[in-house]
Order: sequence, then structure tokens, then C-alpha cells
Amino acid sequence: MDKPLTGDLRPDGTVLDLAAYEKVGGYEALRKVLKEMSPADVLKEVTDSRLRGRGGAGFPTGQKWSFVPMGDNAPTPKYLVANADEMEPGTFKDRLILEGNPHLLIEGMILSAYTIQATQGYVFLRWAYKLAAERITRALAEAYDRGYLGRNILGSGYSFELHLHTSAGRYMCGEETGLLNALEGKRANPRAKPPFPQVSGLFGKPTIVQNVETLCNVAPILRNGAQWYLGLSRSEDGGTKLYGVSGKVRRPGAWELPLGTTIREILERRARGMREGYQFRGLLPGGASTDFLVEDHLDVKMDYGSVQAAGSRLGTGLMIVLDDRTSVVGMVLNLERFFAQESCGWCTPCRDGLPWTARILQGLLEGRGRPGDLERLEMQTRMMGPGNTFCALAPGAMEPLQSALKYFREDFEKLIPRSDAA
Amino acid sequence: MLTEDERRMIRAEAAHYDHPQAACVEALKIVQEHHRWVSDEHLKEIAALLDMSPEALDSVATFYNLIFRKPVGENVILLCDSVSCWIMGYEGIRAHLKEHLGVELGETTADGKFTLLPMACLGTCDRAPAMMVGNELYRNLDNGKVDEILARYRQPSGA
Repeated sequence: MDKPLTGDLRPDGTVLDLAAYEKVGGYEALRKVLKEMSPADVLKEVTDSRLRGRGGAGFPTGQKWSFVPMGDNAPTPKYLVANADEMEPGTFKDRLILEGNPHLLIEGMILSAYTIQATQGYVFLRWAYKLAAERITRALAEAYDRGYLGRNILGSGYSFELHLHTSAGRYMCGEETGLLNALEGKRANPRAKPPFPQVSGLFGKPTIVQNVETLCNVAPILRNGAQWYLGLSRSEDGGTKLYGVSGKVRRPGAWELPLGTTIREILERRARGMREGYQFRGLLPGGASTDFLVEDHLDVKMDYGSVQAAGSRLGTGLMIVLDDRTSVVGMVLNLERFFAQESCGWCTPCRDGLPWTARILQGLLEGRGRPGDLERLEMQTRMMGPGNTFCALAPGAMEPLQSALKYFREDFEKLIPRSDAA
Repeated sequence: MLTEDERRMIRAEAAHYDHPQAACVEALKIVQEHHRWVSDEHLKEIAALLDMSPEALDSVATFYNLIFRKPVGENVILLCDSVSCWIMGYEGIRAHLKEHLGVELGETTADGKFTLLPMACLGTCDRAPAMMVGNELYRNLDNGKVDEILARYRQPSGA
């Protein structure tokens, strides 16, 4: 099977430098595109490939790019930003590529920038990824030296400047508009939409923000074509996906597999099932902000449509497994505390609702449960549901809670004093 | 006072952006790299350099949890407390660290060697539990491994 994202990664964890990347076909797509293809041609190829965002929201990439104003009257400069602020709890996929093959990201960014005619770009990297920062810095220098970045790339007349920006913490930096504020040197509060960043983003100019894994697909698509990319997938959308598993499984890890591989295959064949003495109870399929799925869902395909039909979201595609010896309520409390801490405080439902939610859960675990607590938690899931908050942080925080209340209700009920129960 | 070297590094970062303020988080980190934390004096100097008011810069500095506006120890321990690490034994590691160092989360040891802080997901969940000490990442932690790591930082030569 073709593995465009990880096939060239070295098993020993060392990085592919420019020469090694070129040896496996690196920058061939860039040479071909700059010589033979117009931005509109590239846009068509990427749209035809049915590449969708790999950061969590799953927006079709070609469509996103099509919103950027083009032509001589378009505002300048336009920007392209790689969202490398991987901070969704349970997610460790972008790290693999950032550390192992940074040129795959850089080539994807040059190609994407060319498509929207952006002249400036940033890799927005989270603080904690020190090794990635070191390797990206070196790769950028190599790409500049070789004429893949900077003015008049390979004599094409197209110019693109790309820099690394490292952050200083906070989950909100991964939210598209929060990231733009952070990049401008401000607090990472979200912005109102519209206007959408594609029209008015960084410094008020047209900007595309795209997850690392998404961008890393672009060069392989342009090298091998949209039809090849569609053929990699077992779903209606194109490509492979980085999947992963953490929790009490035999072999936690991350693997590149066809988009639409089933949960069972990932859990049982790749992660080798549960550790001795632990039973499977459920999982969050794509990071902390996705709804629990349970045993009945093991044959669900991990693609955008199938996971949604099962009542959750593909999210980042990296699963967190709940076992029978881990407290469900404790796990949900851990998640809600994270979201409460990472709320930027910009809008009231999120700022006040998340700590309130965490307090109720903590009360349950500390023997202070009261009748009506579960109803109060359910009220929170409605009050912080989609449409009531400024950004997606609080609605995301409600996904594991609402589904835990649905699938593991008895675990919560046990913590309410019986004499008061209705 | 900022050194000439620090000023030069901050100006070089600012050159990457169309607006100098965009370099302010990098600037705070440059200063922190040299002094471990950002004092009021340094904050004012950075603000002036980037054409910001000290208040505006402080509102940014206090938003980001990895900019320290109070002194920290020689080595900052960032212990991941997010969900996968929690499942894999975060609470045990936390208890061990607290006992071993004699501090609560958010505190610095009496000898000034370590500051212990909780940290959101470090993105290495397949090898949980995990922590960082300074810029180094340590994974698959157990109590013995934690002792071994801390001992290395206690040696006079550092890590």
C-alpha cells in the first residue's frame, strides 16, 4: 500500500534532509507545477482529489482555497499558515511528520501558497515540539539555499517567504482565528466569522490556515494525480489518514492507513487489542473533543461521514481508549478540567460553564453528588452546544460529556445518593 | 537591562512580520531563555522595542502559560496532566514528584533547582505518562525513571 505521508519516514527516527527527500521524489511536484500548471490547474487537481482537512473540522481543502480572492485586484500580501499547534489531547500525529520529514510540509506549503498566490507563510508550531522546531529550522534553510523558497522560485517568477513561528502554550492557538491573533502577537481569542480568514485573516489579508497533515498530502497529490489519491481511500473522500491509539492497549502508536479503515482494524490489528486484564468500554475516536463510541461501533469506518453517522466526529483520527478499570466520571472530569483551563474567557458560556461543569463532576467523585446533578450536566451540554458560544472549544468540550451521560449513565447515577433519587 | 544581543535577536524576529507586535511572544521567549522569567523591567524594555504599551504586552504575556512572569527554578518540570497520561498513571507520577521534590504544583524547591508545573497534552500519548524538563521530553515514565532523570539534573554540570 502507498503511504504518501509516512512511507519515507526512517524507522530510527532520524530526519530526512533535503538530499534524502529529493532522492525519494521530493520537490518533483514543485518543479512540475511551476513549469506546467497554473494556480487554477492546481486548485482543480486538489479539489478532484477530495482532500479534506485533517485537523478536526474536515472542511474540503479545494473548496476552502476557492474562497481566496484571486487576480490583480486581490488584496496583498496573501498568507498561508500551517497549523502545527498540535494540542488536542490524545493527538500525536503531526509530530511524526514534523520531526521525521519536514520537507514534505514545506513542499506542500509552497504548492498550496502558489495555488492561492500567497507570498508569505508561517509554520505555527507549538512550544513543546522542540525537536520539530530544530528540524524545521534546518529544513527551511536548506530549502532557501536550494532556491525552493524566497524570490523567483526556480526561475518561475513566483516568490514565497516562509518562516517558523513557535508559540508559548494555550490550546486556543489551534483554533483558526485564535491562531491568527496569536500570530499577530495578541491573546489567542477567537474572532467573529464572517469575515472568514480566506478573505480577511492575518493582518486583515486573505489567509489560509491548514493543518500539517492536510498540507503534507498536497505534494503527493500533485506528483501522482487526483485519481491515484482517490484510489488510496476506502471512503468517498480521498487519501490515507494518520490514525493512532492511546490508553491501555497492547501497542499504542500511530499508523498511516487508508481513509475509512474500521475502528476494529486499528484497535485490534494495529494496537493489538486491550492489555491483559483490561476490558474495552469505549473510545473517543478523534481526540478529547469528540463523542464517545462503544463496542457496537467497532465496525464503523474511520472516515468523515461514517463516524458522523455513528454520532461522533473523525476529529484528528487519534483514539483514546477507555478501559473497565478507569473511572468514566474521572476521565470526563479530566477532559472538562482541561477545557475549563484552556478556555480563553472571551465568551461567558464557555468561561463560566466549563468550570461549573468540572465542579459538578468533581463533586460526584468526592461524594458530594446531589439529586439533579445529571440534569444540570445535561443542561450544560445544551447551553454550551453549537451556536451558543464564540468558537468551537465549548461545544467540543460537551461532546465527551453528553455521550458519556448517554452510554455510561449508570456510572454517573451510582454517585448520586440513593435516598434522594426520584 | 536587555543585552545588545537580546535586542538584536528581537529585531531579527520582528523583521519576519509586517507589524513588529507580531514578534512579541518570540521576544518574551528570547528574554526568558536568558533570564528564566520576564521581569517588569524587561517587559517594559521589550514593549518599547516593539512599539507596544507595557500594559498591552503584559496582557499577552499573562495569556500564554509558558511565559513566566514570576521567577522559576533552574529547571522547569512540565508534567502532562491530559487525558491519555491521566489514564496511564499521571496521578501516581504527580504524587511521586511532589514527595520527591517536597513541593506542590506551581512551587519551586527550596534549593531553587526545580519548579513543578502541570502541562496540557504534550503530544506523545502513545508513550504516556510524559513530562518535559526544560527543553527535554521524557516518556513512558515510572517512579524509578523519574528519580533517575532528576538525579541527572542535580549533578553540578546540569543535564
